[in-house]
Amino acid sequence: MNHSRSRRNPTREPDFPTVKPPSPGGSSSGGAGAAMRLIVPLQGVVQGRGGLILGSIIPGALYYFFQLYLKRCRSAKPNSNPPSPSSSSAQLADLSRSSSRSNLSSRGSVGPVRVSARANSIAKPNASPYYIGLEMASEDPYDRFDNPDGIMQLGLSENRLSLDLIETWILENLERSMIGGADGHLNISGIATYQPLDGMMEMKIAVAGFMSQVMGTTVSFDPSRLVLTSGATPAIETLCFCLADQGNAFLVPTPYYPGFDRDMKWRTGVELIPVHCRSSDNFALSVTALDQAFNQARKRGQKVRGILISNPSNPIGNMLNKETLYSLLDFAREKNIHIISDEIFAGSTYGSEEFVSMAEILESEDFDKNRVHIIYGLSKDLSLPGFRVGVIYSFNTSVLAAAKKLARFSSVSAPTQRILISMLSDTRFIQRYIETTRERIKKMYVAFAAGLKQLGIECTKSSAGLYCWADMSGLIRPYNEKGELELWDKLLKIGKINITPGSACHCIEPGWFRCCFTMLAEEDIPVVIKRIQRVVET
Amino acid sequence: MTRTRSSESDEDSSPTTTGGGGGRGRTEMRVIVPLQGVVQGRGGLVLGSVIPCALFYLLQLYFKRHRSEPTPPPQTLTEVSELNRSLSRTHLSPRGSSAPACVSTRANSIVKSSDSPFYVGLKRVSEDPYDELSNPEGVIQLGLAENKLSLDLARDWLAETAKDSILSGGGSSGPLSMAGIANYQASDGLVELKVAVAGFMSQVMERSISFNPSQIVLTAGATPAIEILSFCLADTGNAFLVPTPYYPSFDRDLKWRTGVEIIPVPCRSADNFNLSISALDLAFDQGKKRGLKVRGIVISNPSNPVGNLLNRETIYTLVDFAREKNIHIISNEIFAGSTHGSEEFVSMAEIIDSEDLDRDRVHIVYGLSKDLCLPGFKVGVIYSSNENVLAAAKKLSRFSSISAPTQCLVISMLSDIRFIQKFIQTNRERLQRMYTKFVAGLKQLGIECMRSSGGFYCWADMRGLIRSYSEKGELELWNKLLNIAKINVTPGSSCHCIEPGWFHCCFTTLTEQDISVVMERIRKNNITFFLGFGCYSDTIKSSSHVPLQLFCFSPSYFFSLVP
Repeated sequence: MNHSRSRRNPTREPDFPTVKPPSPGGSSSGGAGAAMRLIVPLQGVVQGRGGLILGSIIPGALYYFFQLYLKRCRSAKPNSNPPSPSSSSAQLADLSRSSSRSNLSSRGSVGPVRVSARANSIAKPNASPYYIGLEMASEDPYDRFDNPDGIMQLGLSENRLSLDLIETWILENLERSMIGGADGHLNISGIATYQPLDGMMEMKIAVAGFMSQVMGTTVSFDPSRLVLTSGATPAIETLCFCLADQGNAFLVPTPYYPGFDRDMKWRTGVELIPVHCRSSDNFALSVTALDQAFNQARKRGQKVRGILISNPSNPIGNMLNKETLYSLLDFAREKNIHIISDEIFAGSTYGSEEFVSMAEILESEDFDKNRVHIIYGLSKDLSLPGFRVGVIYSFNTSVLAAAKKLARFSSVSAPTQRILISMLSDTRFIQRYIETTRERIKKMYVAFAAGLKQLGIECTKSSAGLYCWADMSGLIRPYNEKGELELWDKLLKIGKINITPGSACHCIEPGWFRCCFTMLAEEDIPVVIKRIQRVVET
Repeated sequence: MTRTRSSESDEDSSPTTTGGGGGRGRTEMRVIVPLQGVVQGRGGLVLGSVIPCALFYLLQLYFKRHRSEPTPPPQTLTEVSELNRSLSRTHLSPRGSSAPACVSTRANSIVKSSDSPFYVGLKRVSEDPYDELSNPEGVIQLGLAENKLSLDLARDWLAETAKDSILSGGGSSGPLSMAGIANYQASDGLVELKVAVAGFMSQVMERSISFNPSQIVLTAGATPAIEILSFCLADTGNAFLVPTPYYPSFDRDLKWRTGVEIIPVPCRSADNFNLSISALDLAFDQGKKRGLKVRGIVISNPSNPVGNLLNRETIYTLVDFAREKNIHIISNEIFAGSTHGSEEFVSMAEIIDSEDLDRDRVHIVYGLSKDLCLPGFKVGVIYSSNENVLAAAKKLSRFSSISAPTQCLVISMLSDIRFIQKFIQTNRERLQRMYTKFVAGLKQLGIECMRSSGGFYCWADMRGLIRSYSEKGELELWNKLLNIAKINVTPGSSCHCIEPGWFHCCFTTLTEQDISVVMERIRKNNITFFLGFGCYSDTIKSSSHVPLQLFCFSPSYFFSLVP
């Protein structure tokens, strides 16, 4: 050890020709007189007169640093050829070129250059049945004419029921919306050049208007509190970055959208703590369960920074009533945590229940607005997931400031914004679109739920979303996750329909499945039912 | 603790013990005695510096802890949070701006991070942009690397084909396919767009490199492309070597959310700001000494802000260096097609093509913002042969995918080979002309630029114009240019240039007529500069060796003399 140290010193000297001389020189100059000054308080420490902390920390630190020093000396040893920083770069490069290959082989296992630990965990193949199903369905998609034996997609919550309306509008208006004014003069700098990263102001105004219109109430959204992102996915991630640090946690009522595991956790290093909801409560959120989860997390030493709710919930499709929202806000205030309310399905309602946005509650009563953040997007309610437009709506100025800066990593491209500005500003079209879509979702929901009922499969009562939450617990053999996944596998491989098992949504009760019906045409429903029947009966 | 210490010093025959040997007589001084050696400089460099520093640090920590005790963090106890309910409002008012529900530390640091002059300048311009007719007194933008020289070509093309290309889903004459733009698409980009982009890249780089579309991940701009690579190649606390001066936004893209550090590798004007391997090596070692794990090098080729290109030899040495240290190379080649000199551009992709061993460690960032002049479209490219990186990047692209209508638009634009050919050629010619004019204009004012052959900018040497040869002097000049002369340039310090007095001037947002306006503004600014600071002559007299009487002549005479 000491040998290596003494060997090291001379080799290091040329490294710091300027640094080294002053430090011993400086201290030795005051060595005789000043040295004692330093020692005297330490004497107190050693004799236990310096207080508990001084008396323990300083010797501890000394020991720690001594260890560190020893460790350094040791670790420096195997690296026996320290790169000598010679001034002649050409020589050095030549040297390394020849020696590098042998270096590589001697290191053996290191071999190829490694990626980061987080990339490694992300790059691993999909484990969740949600993604496996999506992938399989995309490889062999069902088509009534071209591929009648393909896999039917009921795993992706995408609304294709009203594409015809969008298509008509685009056919009529695309040119005008892209090219701009009536004179037909293309405003190229409004499309091609750098735009505000968090979205153009006109776009924010249009989106705020659309949100008020969709939510069907008198809430008005303030465009200056909007940050636009390229889809709701980065919106959630950005909020997560803003509200929690690495190792912090969010409470999430289960079952929840499988994508949260990626959006909330992957890059942020944040944890999700499931808060279980049960079929006996119709999967409604209870504050006692929240409280319990919060306390347990704290016992584990985890810092809970917020609650993430989906309203209307995904995958169940029920909505939070006013009372629950109030108690959630109370809970959040009591614990001093944030609330992220994912309201991306706000407009896709088909029941008689009324949707209540967090924004409405906050406007009507005197709650602390700083802790509430709303996620929205145009993927569901405007059925334009391909356009990638997400929204962060927050009352917290710090969050807005940070989110605006982070929007540089997920901006919406300008041509898309131009198209959407004019689409959303066409309020007559939007009104008609919202109404028609709701009717169509409702019709599909009724037909689909009725079809399942024929097979003896009940769905929980739901009033929003593009899916239903079906109870197939009667169909699974061992009543556990394994039985559920077996049924899912059979449905996917034999029945050729892809639905999402409850376990992918972290549901604690086995046997529940999420089925999205808005990717289907009405004629497809009997096909789906027949396929399920075939699997069930074998 | 003391026991172990003393027994060690008894057994070892090390420099430390010989240092302590002198005081062995007094037993209670055991701990103190080795320290005496330290204080007297006999304990070696590390012991002699680390221990006193650590002691001082701990002492400070101790004081700080004691001081901060009266305000404990509010979220520790339920009793406290119960209190909060009634007290929260009163808590709010004394604290002022900070909200009771605190945001994350990283968000706080992002919010608080003081904007560098680069961003301050950009903001200033956006508030009061120059327009020849409507706002002739506005600030002229020379800080944003955006090319407006060939917008007319893009405009004509879009006006003709935009509608059809979106509606046909990017195909040249396909039927209407709403599903192709409205529905969920692969988050890492449509395959058709990857093919088109790969073709465009080969075309732009003008060599026989072919890019494999399956090694491409598309992102919403080059900014997220860089961030994703940073996420994939380094963990929190790791570091990248980045030659300075570098693009100011790297500080955001590489560091903000990833927690990765940047170790600057200084390049100097004496070397024409070329990258030297010895500097890289030194920085690498210093990083290692600081306990930082270096995971890669990030280079810009053509470099931004200097505008020079890496020659083949440097590229090979870089790869050798990376192999030796077993680290990655991120090569940002976003300006690859925007060259205006005679020098040839060599892409890192040639390495990926040729050398088997190193293909896994080389990753290229590209985008359509610069070479196709479409920053608003937000199309960025990661090109890598590393399967792990590609797999991770594909999954991470969910956070920054390009919207489908834009993809369709770009597919048909890039597939229009005749248009692209004409565009590249015309754009280069215009770039070349603007560069020549702008540099000539600066030269008339006595400002020399670094010889450069790529990019939308020149790297101007204004060392002769700054009052004190320091960052402060540089920022003073920058401030004066921005607020008095009303032109926004980027000071070298924003690019972490270690030599003061260099400025990054983008000339591609200007029209040719604007150049004379810019030159006039700089000229006027400098008149006020010299008239307003009488004391300046003294500074000059003492620092340079120009006789004072020269300043009595006309300003134009002076400018011909500024080095």
